[in-house]
Formats: sequence, structure tokens, C-alpha cells
Amino acid sequence: MLKIKDLTVNVGNKEILKGLNLEVNAGEIHAIMGPNGAGKSTLSHVLSGKSGYEVTGGSVTFNGKDLLEMPAEIRAREGVFLAFQYPVEIAGVTNVYLLKAALNAVRKHKGLSEVDAMDFLTLVKAKTKALEMDEKFLYRAVNEGFSGGEKKRNEILQMAMLEPQLCILDETDSGLDIDALRIVADGVNALRSPDRAFIMVTHYQRLLDYIKPDFVHVLADGKIVKSGGAELALELEEKGYGWLEQA
Amino acid sequence: MSISWLNDIRQQAKNQFEKTGFPASNLEDWRYTNVSAIAKKEFSVAKFVEDVDFDAVESGSAFHFVFVDGYFREELSNLPEKITICSINDALKNHADLLQSKFNQAIKQTHGFIDFNTANFTDGLFVHIAKNVVLEKPLQIIHIATQEAILPTRHVVILDANAKASLIEMFVSPEKHAYLTNSVAEVFVGENANLTLYKVQQEGENAYHFGGTYVQQADNARFTHHNFALGSLLARSDIVSDLETAAECELNGLYLGSQNQHLDNLTRINHLQPHGISREFYKGILNDQAHGVFQGRILVAENAQNTDSQMNNCNLLLSNEAEIDTKPQLEIYADDVKCAHGVTVGQLDEKSIFYLQSRGIDEVSAKHILTFAFANEMVDKITIPSLRDAVFNLLLTRFPEGAER
Repeated sequence: MLKIKDLTVNVGNKEILKGLNLEVNAGEIHAIMGPNGAGKSTLSHVLSGKSGYEVTGGSVTFNGKDLLEMPAEIRAREGVFLAFQYPVEIAGVTNVYLLKAALNAVRKHKGLSEVDAMDFLTLVKAKTKALEMDEKFLYRAVNEGFSGGEKKRNEILQMAMLEPQLCILDETDSGLDIDALRIVADGVNALRSPDRAFIMVTHYQRLLDYIKPDFVHVLADGKIVKSGGAELALELEEKGYGWLEQA
Repeated sequence: MSISWLNDIRQQAKNQFEKTGFPASNLEDWRYTNVSAIAKKEFSVAKFVEDVDFDAVESGSAFHFVFVDGYFREELSNLPEKITICSINDALKNHADLLQSKFNQAIKQTHGFIDFNTANFTDGLFVHIAKNVVLEKPLQIIHIATQEAILPTRHVVILDANAKASLIEMFVSPEKHAYLTNSVAEVFVGENANLTLYKVQQEGENAYHFGGTYVQQADNARFTHHNFALGSLLARSDIVSDLETAAECELNGLYLGSQNQHLDNLTRINHLQPHGISREFYKGILNDQAHGVFQGRILVAENAQNTDSQMNNCNLLLSNEAEIDTKPQLEIYADDVKCAHGVTVGQLDEKSIFYLQSRGIDEVSAKHILTFAFANEMVDKITIPSLRDAVFNLLLTRFPEGAER
């Protein structure tokens, strides 16, 4: 599904990613861990099409198509979804309008008709309930005045509505208490499917107690320096990242 | 109209206008707005035309009064009972004493547009709402411009004590010709009375517009104004209110300029006595080469202790060539007051645009959504549902992807 080859990325004049390789197939869950400043957020942003990052080398393909050539909205419509570390607050735009506009943009791209208003409401209410969110959130401005946990749940709600193929979770566990973490993790687990893949970018192993990865990669100094199974995360938790950087 | 008291006032204004003409841009209040193009047009005052080609205006939820080129058309209008409401020309015959006692009294300072109006107004609406009368339906004045001319109208609105009403002023043109609307309203809000006034300016794209509203608020009177400046090539709006003890004044505004539109908004809130409250919030959105002006002044007289006043002006510039001149002023002579003002000028937030794009929404739509949301805050303040929907839809024609119809 996703193939990243020798990816190098600059921010300003500084090289942040220094030849990153990663292959993600449908049905897999990958965790990318690493110390602060290793390039984890840069990787999520580059995959989602945020501006301000200069790709200086390498390639990224998504289902065989050149992902880096696509504007951000086309990536989203093709099925790449980024759950933000810091979701933006948008005054005056209701959640329900954003969800509907986004869903219709994705459907149109796939050659489907606009969603029927009643069907949409039924769907969005069901998804909202599954994430233990109050329906009132739908009619509030996007993320405005939401707590950290509510913002992250809202990201998962958008993900559940858009049904992307590749979900990138950028530090989704940051700022969550245990209850919120469980709800978010349940939401993600409910979306697991043989057709869908996940990349979880995280500093801590905590999230991985709730969403069990198939692969764990350690990102340090712009490269993946070690890959393994779920047990690698536990080893990192115990030993920290220092031993990898020395090696 | 050959009534001597009025003739005197009109003659004075005529003399004054002949001396000064329309305001020159060396006057402080006009420094951002050059109106010399209007004088060059050499418009004359519009004539009454017998046959107009309109159907009676539909407005199920309002009483409405139609002015075509500055002349009242009863046959196109829908009039309420129980209150005194008629054209100024009728009021000169039937309510002369009341009209004379109020006429020109709310205007403390004139300029060329006001003088011209006083000297030349063709007609206008006279509204008198008696003590304790609460109007359930809004009154709506509809100005329709069809002639290439100056269309001067003069309205006088009087609410006696404890009366309550809302009034909508619409300015429209079915044509694209040049003309000058010159509309002056004098408003007297009596003790503990409550008036909400909406102005929706959708003049034609080559039109010039001057609209001035001059308000006297008695003790405990409440006046709310919502000002939507959407149309015209060049528009200037004056809102001036004098507040007596514990009066409350709320001014909301939205100016939405594109192409080479010039939209100037001047407001003056004068707290003359203690315990007054004022809230002012104007928002501007300027695209292309449009030029916006906000000149807001709040005056707190020496007497006006315990005044509580806030003024905000937020501007969104959508193009590098768009321009805003914003000048909020507090002029405070009392020592025990709570006054604040704030101004912002900015562009759409890149992070918000990217957030929407990351959800599959294209850049143009994302910008429409964010711009619409910025403007809609002012539309949401409209408390008459049919008017709110109408202004909402007007906004949507400017930013079609901005919201769900």
C-alpha cells in the first residue's frame, strides 16, 4: 500500500529525514517510535502533504501512485488520513458541516453521489455514539474549546466517517488520560480491517498497550535504525532510546 | 412641500451645500474616502415616475414600505395598523407638529451629504410608535434605485417610552447603472424604549451610497444596529448615537468588499450621561483591490461616569492588494469608566486551511468555508429568522462553498 524509499526531507536548510525506508501493507499496524527531534512529526506531515517541507530525494508511493505529487486534499481523497497531534480549532465551522463536506469530497473523488442528508445523520450519530461523544459536539465549532481528549476523539470520529485506507496517528496519546486513551484506542481498534493500515507515531509505549502493533520501528536522527515486533516497544520502554543512538 | 419651517431649514442646508459641496478628503472624517467622482457625475435629483415595473414586494414576515428612486409607493407596500406610519410628505400634512419638533434635531454635525439631503430629500418614512406599543413584526423599508440620478430620502423614526420595534432598511437596484443613494434617518428612542435597526446595503455595482443614521437615546433606551455593507462601488455609512443615562447601544457591522469596491464605515457613540453601556463589533472582509475603512469613536463625556464600553474591529484581507484603514478612538473625559478597544487585521490561517485540505476539501472550498465562518458570526446576530436566512444566502453567493444551503 505505502512504499517509502530513501526519503530525504529538509526543513529550511536542515536535513530532518536522512534516507528513510518503510513499507506498509494492508491490514498492518506499524508503530514508529523515537526520541524527540528524530523526525517523527516531519514524517507524518510529509505524508499528509503539509507545506514547508522540502523533499530532496527518494520516493513515496501509495497504491502505486506517486503520493508526493498529490496536493493534500487529493491524498485525503485517495485514502490517507492524518490524525493530528494538535488538531486546529476552527471558529464558526461546525463539526457536522466539516464532516459532511469532507465525506462528500471523498465520495465525489470515488465517483459516488453526495450522501443523503438523512443517511448522513444516521451514520454520524452512530459513529459519535461509538466514540462515547455527546451529539452536541456535532453542532459545536470544530475543536473550539474542546479538551485535549475531546479533540483526539474528534480526530478519530473524522477518521471513522471518512474510512481511509491508511491512517496516520501522530502522537495521538499525548495529553490523554487513561479513560480517554481507552476510548480513542477502542475507536481505532474498531476500524482495524484487512483493507486498512495504520501508522502510529508515538514517543511512548503506553498507546501500544491498547493498540497492539504488528511492527515497531525506531526512528532516530532521520532514519529507521531498528525494526522488530511488538516486543521491541517494551524493550524501548525499559532501556530508553540511548542504547540505540550509541549503537 | 411649501411649509415655512421646513423651507427655512432646507434653504439653510442648500446654502451650506452650495458653499461646501460633498465632503473633501482634507476633512478628518473623510480622509480615507474620496467622493470627488460623485460630483463629477453631475447627477440631478431623481424624478417621480408614474409607472414602475414591479410587482408588490413579498415579505410575509414584515410590514414593508417601498421607495422607488426616493419616492414612496403605497401600492407596493404593506402597512400596519395601530401605529403612525406614513411618508414624510404625508406627515408634513397630518403630523406636522411632531415632525417639526423632531426634524433635524438628531443631527448635531452636518457635512455635504447631510446638507444635500436636507435641502433636496424627495420623500421618506415617518414612523411614530406610541408609548408602550410593542410591534410584533419588523418594519421594512425597501429602497429600489432605477434612475441615473441622486436619490435623497429622509426618514424620521420616533419611539415613545417603553415602545419596542425593529426596522429593516434594504437598498437594492435591479440595474447596473450609476446613481447616488443619499439616505438620512433620524431616530429617537424614548425612555426605556427598544429599537433594533438592520441595514442591508446591496446597491448596484456602479452605485454610490451615502447612508447616515443619527440617533438620540433617552434614559434607559436601547438601540441595536446591524450594518451589512455588501454592494455599491463606493459607500459611506455614518452611525451616530447620543446616549442619555443608562442607555445601551450595540453596533454590529460587516463590510464585504471585492474588486474595486470602497466601503467606509464611520461610527460615533457619545456617552453623555452616567451608566451607559455600548458594545461595538465590526468585521471586514476585503478581497481583490477592495478598500475598507473603519472609523469608530466612542466619546465618554465628563458627566458619563460608570460608562461600560467595548469596541472591536476585525479584518480579513484575502488579497495582497486589498486595503483597510482602521481607526478606533476612545475619547474619555470621565475618570470612573470601563472602556476597551481592539483591532485585528489578518489573513486566513494557513493551519486551518491545511486542516480542511487534509480532510479532502480543496483549497478554494477551504478558504470559502473559513471566510464564510468569519462573516457568519455577524449574520448569526440577526434575530429575525427570515432576514438571517436572506443575508446568509447573500453571503453564500459570494462564497458558494462556504456552508450548507
